Amino acid sequence: MLTFNLLVVVCLLYVALLFGVAFAAEKRAEQGRLGWLRSPLVYTLSLSIYCTAWTFYGAVGYAARSGLEFVTIYLGPTLVMVGWWWVVRRLVRIGRSQRITSIADLISSRYGKSSLLGVIVTLMAVVASTPYIALQLQSVTLSFAVFASDLPEGRAVPDLNSTALWVAAGLALFTILFGTRNLDANERHHGVVTAIALEAVVKLFALLAVGIFVVWGVAAGPSDILSRIEVSPIADWQLNGGRWATLIFLSAAAFLCLPRMFQVLVVENSDERHVATASWAFPFYLLLMSLFVVPIAVVGLSELPAGANPDLFVLTVPLLFDREGLAMLSFLGGFSSATSMVIVAAIALSTMVSNHIVMPIWLSARSGGASMSGDVRNLVLQSRRASIAAVLGLGYFYYRFSGGGAALAAIGLISFTGVAQILPALLGGIFWRGAARAGAVLGLITGFVVWGYTMFLPSFGESFVMSAAMLAEGPWGIGWLRPQALFGVEGLDPLVHAVFWSMSLNVIVFVLGSLASFPGPLERLQSAQFVNVYDHSASARGWSGGAAEAEDLLVMAQRIIGAEEAQSLFQAEAKAQDKYGYLPDTTPDFIRRLERELAGSVGAATAHAMMGQIVGGASVSVQDLMAVADETAQMLEYSSQLEAKSSELTRTARQLREANEKLTELSVQKDAFLSQISHELRTPMTSIRAFSEILMESGDISQEELTRYSSIIHDEAIRLTRLLDDLLDLSVLENGQVSLNLQKSNLHDVLNRAIAATSSMPAERTLAIKRDAAGENVPLITDSDRLRQVFINLIANARKYCDAESPELRIEVRRQSRGVHVDFIDNGSGIPMKSQNLIFEKFSRLTDQAAAGGAGLGLAICREIMTKLGGQVAYLPGQGGAAFRVTLPLTQSRAEAAE
Amino acid sequence: MRPGRPLFVARTGYRRRRVMDAARVLPILGAFLFFLPLLWAGDSKTGMGVIYLFAVWAGLILAAFGLSRFLRHDLDGPDPPRDEDAG
Repeated sequence: MLTFNLLVVVCLLYVALLFGVAFAAEKRAEQGRLGWLRSPLVYTLSLSIYCTAWTFYGAVGYAARSGLEFVTIYLGPTLVMVGWWWVVRRLVRIGRSQRITSIADLISSRYGKSSLLGVIVTLMAVVASTPYIALQLQSVTLSFAVFASDLPEGRAVPDLNSTALWVAAGLALFTILFGTRNLDANERHHGVVTAIALEAVVKLFALLAVGIFVVWGVAAGPSDILSRIEVSPIADWQLNGGRWATLIFLSAAAFLCLPRMFQVLVVENSDERHVATASWAFPFYLLLMSLFVVPIAVVGLSELPAGANPDLFVLTVPLLFDREGLAMLSFLGGFSSATSMVIVAAIALSTMVSNHIVMPIWLSARSGGASMSGDVRNLVLQSRRASIAAVLGLGYFYYRFSGGGAALAAIGLISFTGVAQILPALLGGIFWRGAARAGAVLGLITGFVVWGYTMFLPSFGESFVMSAAMLAEGPWGIGWLRPQALFGVEGLDPLVHAVFWSMSLNVIVFVLGSLASFPGPLERLQSAQFVNVYDHSASARGWSGGAAEAEDLLVMAQRIIGAEEAQSLFQAEAKAQDKYGYLPDTTPDFIRRLERELAGSVGAATAHAMMGQIVGGASVSVQDLMAVADETAQMLEYSSQLEAKSSELTRTARQLREANEKLTELSVQKDAFLSQISHELRTPMTSIRAFSEILMESGDISQEELTRYSSIIHDEAIRLTRLLDDLLDLSVLENGQVSLNLQKSNLHDVLNRAIAATSSMPAERTLAIKRDAAGENVPLITDSDRLRQVFINLIANARKYCDAESPELRIEVRRQSRGVHVDFIDNGSGIPMKSQNLIFEKFSRLTDQAAAGGAGLGLAICREIMTKLGGQVAYLPGQGGAAFRVTLPLTQSRAEAAE
Repeated sequence: MRPGRPLFVARTGYRRRRVMDAARVLPILGAFLFFLPLLWAGDSKTGMGVIYLFAVWAGLILAAFGLSRFLRHDLDGPDPPRDEDAG
């Protein structure tokens, strides 16, 4: 027979087991052997704190009262987890990149590290969680009462209220012991998480055991249960569309916004891939938890007497069939559900209270206090412990004042609606860049006030805060302010009514406030970081310069994160900066990192305020803002720079290729030149050698032959000399080593002398030269010897090559603005088009060698001379014969004249 | 379309993006199916409702299980050691 004492002993043993597990997990984590402590399974099971005692006991009661409606409480979270790619993944990424410590920290950090928002969300969370904690105390107390009520010796449970008090005290002790071991709220509470994972297994096992007993022990299997459902009162249940949709929405919102859910979902997450596993494993857990709810309710309704509390069917059905072991297991399951929820909720709330209420007050109370010595850690830890006690105390008082009579489900929904008010600010903050602090503050307050007025205050009953008259007729008889029929909307279910008005007014005010206000730089920086969390992998600088002393920062950091950790952090940074010791340069980057480190302990707003006290100055500059917000633009700029560089490289490569081609061409030309020279030298040499051999070997040669042979040798030698002279001349000209002998002269005189020189040359035909004496009278400052050389060459060419019957050469002189044109035009057949480019090249001869009698260097030399004289010589096509134009500068430039 | 993102991707990349799309669509489909009972007319169908809801529920779980297998690769691994996130 189960006795109350046995129950207490089992409870204590179970709690001792939890202590042991938590303690062992902490030890294991301390030794760094995390292993399965960080497995997706533990993460999924820790999410099961969503299933509180409300689920364990209340779901069956809910089903007994409202049929299938109970399942909505699990469908909402199922949709959220199945849709993890939208919201949960984003929240987890933000939580990790910003070292978020709680949902209040997330909201405060997103809206410019606002202390005000931290306070508002914390207060809302505490107020909204209070009914929930009271609910847990109530269910544990009720379950004790079940066992106590039919004790044969009539030894009643001491007192329900004192039972609740004892339970609250015990939970506070456990939470303080394992929830406030380390200050860094961002660090995982391995002990607590492992303990609640164990509790998750216990409660699931217990509920499944009861369910299996009901289906196969009491009823005759699933088909029997289905037929029993059809005849039970549950079958009469009518689906209320408004409530159905509202409850699914509400449970989804609460799943994201409940402080304890945020704690396990985001803060305690150590690996994003765990979310992927939980996306199906957690809905599966919920499915298993609700699988046997309807069967238990149906069997309870049919087997137990009419007055039995349906919230306790999970306990009373096994007891009815004298399954005491099963009842004990079921009791432990309910106990687990209640304790795990209270523990995590207390940790989450105490973190929020200490970071967003106690620390800001302490900071402002002691101006300049951040750089003073003394351990802040102690203060933070003490405030957390006090907060845990206070949160549980509040829950206890709510339990006392609400009379402990309302159905479990109704109490839970009050909490859900309260925390759901955070949803607009939360989703707006992570998806909408334009969501602004003013909108968030006003929306939160509006939603919270409406919730308090339409739902929270009426929940205390008709006499405590609101009178029955006020509920029925509105305050001071103003009908449209009736708490449960706002603005004349009547006939709605009170829950639907409260959710509808609080959420819609909240969203409207939030959006309008955001649209109308203009956020500051820090807030815009944070909004970019949150909304574009996948793009901005590196966090932005939050501080620009400032005159922080590294020593002050170290003093402060030591007080918050502990001496050892602070020193190792500073030392590592100093080492990274190539400095020795513990004091690195206070670069903006380092200050930002330090702030984030501190934010992991005391929250973003407090850490920011403390850094602000020491660093001073503007925390964020417009330049920083632009740099972060326009990271994409920077990427674009960078890529365009790359593009420019690559096109420059292409250009250089092309130039190199061209230069290479030119060099190859030059090399070919050089080879051709060498072979030409050899050829030119070899021909006269051959004949010289041949005739000199004849002279040497044949003794009897006539005088006539001797003369002829030696004159040939002489001619060839002259030709060689001339060739060598020409080559020498050309090379001197090409190398620029020539020295010009500039003097005053007249074009007419130069032409005269040139013609005189050529007329002495032997020629087959006479060349008639037509001149224009008047036009030739042009004064020049030039090297007249060189110029004459050019003229001689041109006249000699005409004499040699002009193939007209009676050769004739016109020399025309024309003054132009930029120089003097001297044209040499003969009446021959001219030079074919394709050869016009070649004639100025070395060794170019159009006719055969004999006719030319030269090496083909003449025009090449002319061109070089003219270039040196500052003019040019070119072939002039279209004149009826071969025509060359010599262009002379009108007056030599002074620079060249001085040369 | 943000600048810098490729307009077209290779087959595997394309497939992965469609899996992400499926992960986004799944909760919408789930909500649709869960709201469907609102349209049921007439008498109470509690027994049938239980079977329908749990079947949809199980279907969603299976679909989420399948998708999570593919999507795991696109996620960040475990926490880096402290300080490594600086940067």
